[in-house]
Amino acid sequence: MFSQSHPEHYVPIFLFLLVAVGFGAVSLTVGKLIRPKNPYKDKNAPYECGVPPINDARERFSVRYYVIAMLFLVFDVEVVFLYPWAVDFDRLGLFGLVEMMIFIFILLVGYVYAWKKEALEWD
Amino acid sequence: MSFSAVNILGTMPEIYLTFFGCILLILETMIPKEKRSWLAYFTIIALVFAMVASIGLNGKGLPLYSGLYIVDPFSNFFKIIIYIAAIITILFSLPYLDQEDIHLGEYYAFILFSVVGMMVMVSAGDLITLFLGIELMSLCFYVLVGLKRDDNRSVEASFKYFLLGSFTAAIFLFGISFLYGAAGTETISGLAGFISNPGTLKPMVMVGMILTLVGFTFKVSAVPFHMWTPDVYEGAPTVVTGFMATAGKIAAFAVFLRVFWVAFSGNRHDWDILIILVSILSMAVGNIVAIMQTNLKRMLAYSSIGHAGYALMALLLPNRESLFALLFYVFTYMFMTVGAFGVILMMRKKGVEGEEIEDFVGLSKRHPIAALVMLIFMFSLAGIPPFGGFLAKFYIFFAVVHAGYTWLAVVGIIFAAIGAYYYLKVVMAMYMKEPNGSVVFHSSLMGRIALALTAGTTVILGVYPAPFVAYIKSSLALFIP
Repeated sequence: MFSQSHPEHYVPIFLFLLVAVGFGAVSLTVGKLIRPKNPYKDKNAPYECGVPPINDARERFSVRYYVIAMLFLVFDVEVVFLYPWAVDFDRLGLFGLVEMMIFIFILLVGYVYAWKKEALEWD
Repeated sequence: MSFSAVNILGTMPEIYLTFFGCILLILETMIPKEKRSWLAYFTIIALVFAMVASIGLNGKGLPLYSGLYIVDPFSNFFKIIIYIAAIITILFSLPYLDQEDIHLGEYYAFILFSVVGMMVMVSAGDLITLFLGIELMSLCFYVLVGLKRDDNRSVEASFKYFLLGSFTAAIFLFGISFLYGAAGTETISGLAGFISNPGTLKPMVMVGMILTLVGFTFKVSAVPFHMWTPDVYEGAPTVVTGFMATAGKIAAFAVFLRVFWVAFSGNRHDWDILIILVSILSMAVGNIVAIMQTNLKRMLAYSSIGHAGYALMALLLPNRESLFALLFYVFTYMFMTVGAFGVILMMRKKGVEGEEIEDFVGLSKRHPIAALVMLIFMFSLAGIPPFGGFLAKFYIFFAVVHAGYTWLAVVGIIFAAIGAYYYLKVVMAMYMKEPNGSVVFHSSLMGRIALALTAGTTVILGVYPAPFVAYIKSSLALFIP
């Protein structure tokens, strides 16, 4: 419940905001004031492993690992929810067991789907 | 936390459909490409199952999961409309998906999951449950809109919808956080108690109310949050457009009504001016801009913005008459809109759809039945008797007059008259001009069944509405004083 009688509880948030804005502003201005200013062509060019850039970087390329990342997500989320359940297994009892089985079933559907769609093959 | 058979039983339709959706995903990987149409039959069976379950639960009026979920005649009415819209969509989609080369099994699973999202929306008794339902529905729609992956318009529509939709979701959630911060609860009935007497926290409640209003008006595509509608409706595959324009919008209307009539009933005089403004703007933009459209899908998108304006007028005064008018309106709107999109997707020219108004020129000479069906939908959308659309508008305007806003009803009637022009333009193109194009009307048995169902219901709703009126009267919700 929002406490109207204690607005001072919001002072830390206000201070935090002030520090966040202040830090950014101060470091940018101070840097601008004291750094030497000497731009030339090579310095302004984008750095690409020391090799001169050959073409525009904005093009489509295949990100193979995104499928792996998505599969990882499935199991990662599963574990995140399995741990608390395992810790509190006794108290949750049968309810927790059934609930977890349903949860795992839904994740399994996603896994089987990915498997059948050949997401686990590299080529 | 414990098992409660009542909770499980009450949400049985949702559980069915989620389960069927999962099964569909697995089945899709197993059956060969030629037999994909079996998935469509399977989906229809799943929806019929759920419909039977929902009808069985009717009249219970249960708050489930300690008030997070409400199963009452009101939500069941909307669920049944959503099932019918989904079934008709799937009937339309069978030859269409093959013709467009997007016949993926995931399509059916996404339709089922979005139906579950809408069911959660219309049954939500809590703003967080409501938000989950909206997100589940929207996520499925983002994917369905971009189903034509090789078509630039479709991908653009999907991306645009996704960006704007997620912005609006954030705004909506921000509104909920204000309401929660003020009231300390986010159940709709709990909010109602607080908002009738907010004391010094009134500004917070107002901010929360306005932000949630933004979320709802986006979902029902009312002006000024309508910008996405024409592009998305045009770019999406036409079956998906029909489904979004009916089921998605109707579900949004249901939650709009529940939240504003229950939670915000205490400060009605703070929001009625906003609703009036949004409603007039929607009718104006929807009906006037539609006149200039040459693409029929775009025209129907603007028409759906205008229809959102008419339906919003019924939200002004919480009473049984307005509720009945709105329920009758969305019921009629569903049949005529999904049917009109169905006719468009059956018009084929050289591998693409005939979605321009030009393509309908002289249709009555080449395919009189298709032209007649389109005429029914256009007349009904324009509100010309004796079709369902006329009665729907009639009930709405009557409820508005009885609510004491006679001038608003007059404004609505003027815009309805303006709107009649562009619907009649399509009819004129079909009946008064000589055919010239190479567009053919290509229908399958299932498509013809769906057209007969939608056109037939549109006519019966206008000629002999008594059984529908009786049914809708029986599902007026319990929460009306």
